[in-house]
Amino acid sequence: MQKELLFITVIGKDRKGIVAGISNLLFKKNINIEDISQKIIRKHFVMVMLVDIKEANSSMEKISRDLQALGKEMGLIVQVQHENIFNMMHRI
Amino acid sequence: MPFSIEEIYETARMILFEKLDIRTTTLGINIKDCVHSNFSIFKDKVRKKLVQNGKKLIKHAKQVEVKYGIPIINKRIAITPISMVMETHSTPRKFIEMAQTIDTAAEEAEIDYIGGFGALVQKGTTKAEKNLIDTLPDILASTSRVCSFLNVGTTNTGMNIDAVNLVGKMLLETSRKTKNGIGCCRFVVFVNAPEDNPFMAGAFHGIGEPDFSLNIGISGPGVVRSVVEKNRECNLTQLSDIIKRTVFKITRAGELIGREIANQIRVPFGIVDISLASTTAPGDSVARVIEEFGIEKIGAPGSTLAIALLMDAVKKGGAMASSSVGGLSGTFIPVSEDSGMSEAVAKSSLNMEKLEAFTAVCSVGLDMVAIPGNTPAETISAIIADELAIGIINNKTTAARIIPVPGKKAGEKVNFGGLLGKMPVMSINKFSSSNFMKRGGRLPSPIISLRN
Repeated sequence: MQKELLFITVIGKDRKGIVAGISNLLFKKNINIEDISQKIIRKHFVMVMLVDIKEANSSMEKISRDLQALGKEMGLIVQVQHENIFNMMHRI
Repeated sequence: MPFSIEEIYETARMILFEKLDIRTTTLGINIKDCVHSNFSIFKDKVRKKLVQNGKKLIKHAKQVEVKYGIPIINKRIAITPISMVMETHSTPRKFIEMAQTIDTAAEEAEIDYIGGFGALVQKGTTKAEKNLIDTLPDILASTSRVCSFLNVGTTNTGMNIDAVNLVGKMLLETSRKTKNGIGCCRFVVFVNAPEDNPFMAGAFHGIGEPDFSLNIGISGPGVVRSVVEKNRECNLTQLSDIIKRTVFKITRAGELIGREIANQIRVPFGIVDISLASTTAPGDSVARVIEEFGIEKIGAPGSTLAIALLMDAVKKGGAMASSSVGGLSGTFIPVSEDSGMSEAVAKSSLNMEKLEAFTAVCSVGLDMVAIPGNTPAETISAIIADELAIGIINNKTTAARIIPVPGKKAGEKVNFGGLLGKMPVMSINKFSSSNFMKRGGRLPSPIISLRN
């Protein structure tokens, strides 16, 4: 089955529970985490998750809104974007 | 992971911290098929077509916005030049009624501006077009979302100076009828006007266009400024290269968004306009990019070269990124809308003459320029004609959006509000060109137009 892949970018200060909090929300929405990576870039903590929402039980809009709300609670910026934009911008 | 974390972060950073956005998504709509001998039926058909398609545009643009996490600032409509469909209904009263119908349709569909309430008069003016120009002050004063344009010249036809003379008078009258002359912000006079420009106030759905066309305008002065800031030591060749790379990326994002919205509405995708468009937000300014190059304040010697370099790099990066680059695709330097430009006027670094020089090397013209309210109509026409002559001779688009501000003198501040910004009223040369402009007629097309 064709996957529908999104990138979740989390930017902020490193703290306990970031991965747990986001993973828990994704689990509740039946979203599979395909890959995960984190790094400090220019003093920012950056975590990126690649997720498949093909079998998700809510819409992209709701997923994005709920993740951003969770990010706000934890003092983080959360950006949710379909993989196509990275294909266009970073691959010829 | 198919992308490095740096690549993902770069895209997120451009949007979150450097104000990368889709400045406008503009749906071009042909309204020639709405023409009817019964004016009420005609208006109704126009209203229905605009509301129905406007709502579709808003709905799908919002979905795409969420999908890619990139803000789409403006959702707009451009229609067939109104004079073409109103020839048999060309009384001033009917022009005003049609403008109000379109204004109401825009409001109903939640579209902020509908462009195209203008005419192509490069070779001469029909009776209907003359009526339209004469009625424009009342049209602009009685609507808030209708945008108007005139194309008064092309490199192939020369310039219709009689029409330019009408524009000076029309702008003065419009400024008297609207607060701070704000009605003039919704009118652009062009030469070599592109038929697929998505940016207001000058957008219209050209006569060579299909029934519908979805055009995109990207933005990103903030992104370009940021990349220049990180490369302080490089020479001009290297500077050009880093700008090209950045513009390539943002153009690709723009094309993706445009094609996706077009697919969802089921209309053809038109073009991506790669113009760098400023906003009033601090940092989202073309002037600041130029200043980041190493120029203390835009307007200082070296500024024209800097804009030429920027524009050339933007075009090269954009052209590599998309085979559908169109519209204006220049660098916008609207004075009131760009905080850096406005500040340069306030600090006497930038004057009218230098601004005019910039437009010889970049699009698009004297944009959002406030001038004293007591400037004679002939002088306004002459300022416009000077600007447009640059376009005619250099085979490029140039335009003017000039706002005479009632009761204000040079140096006094004017605030147009919101995205239209604020600026000090610019000083104008006091000597008259009235006797020259009164000659009227048509500027012959230049020799470069004879290419066959």
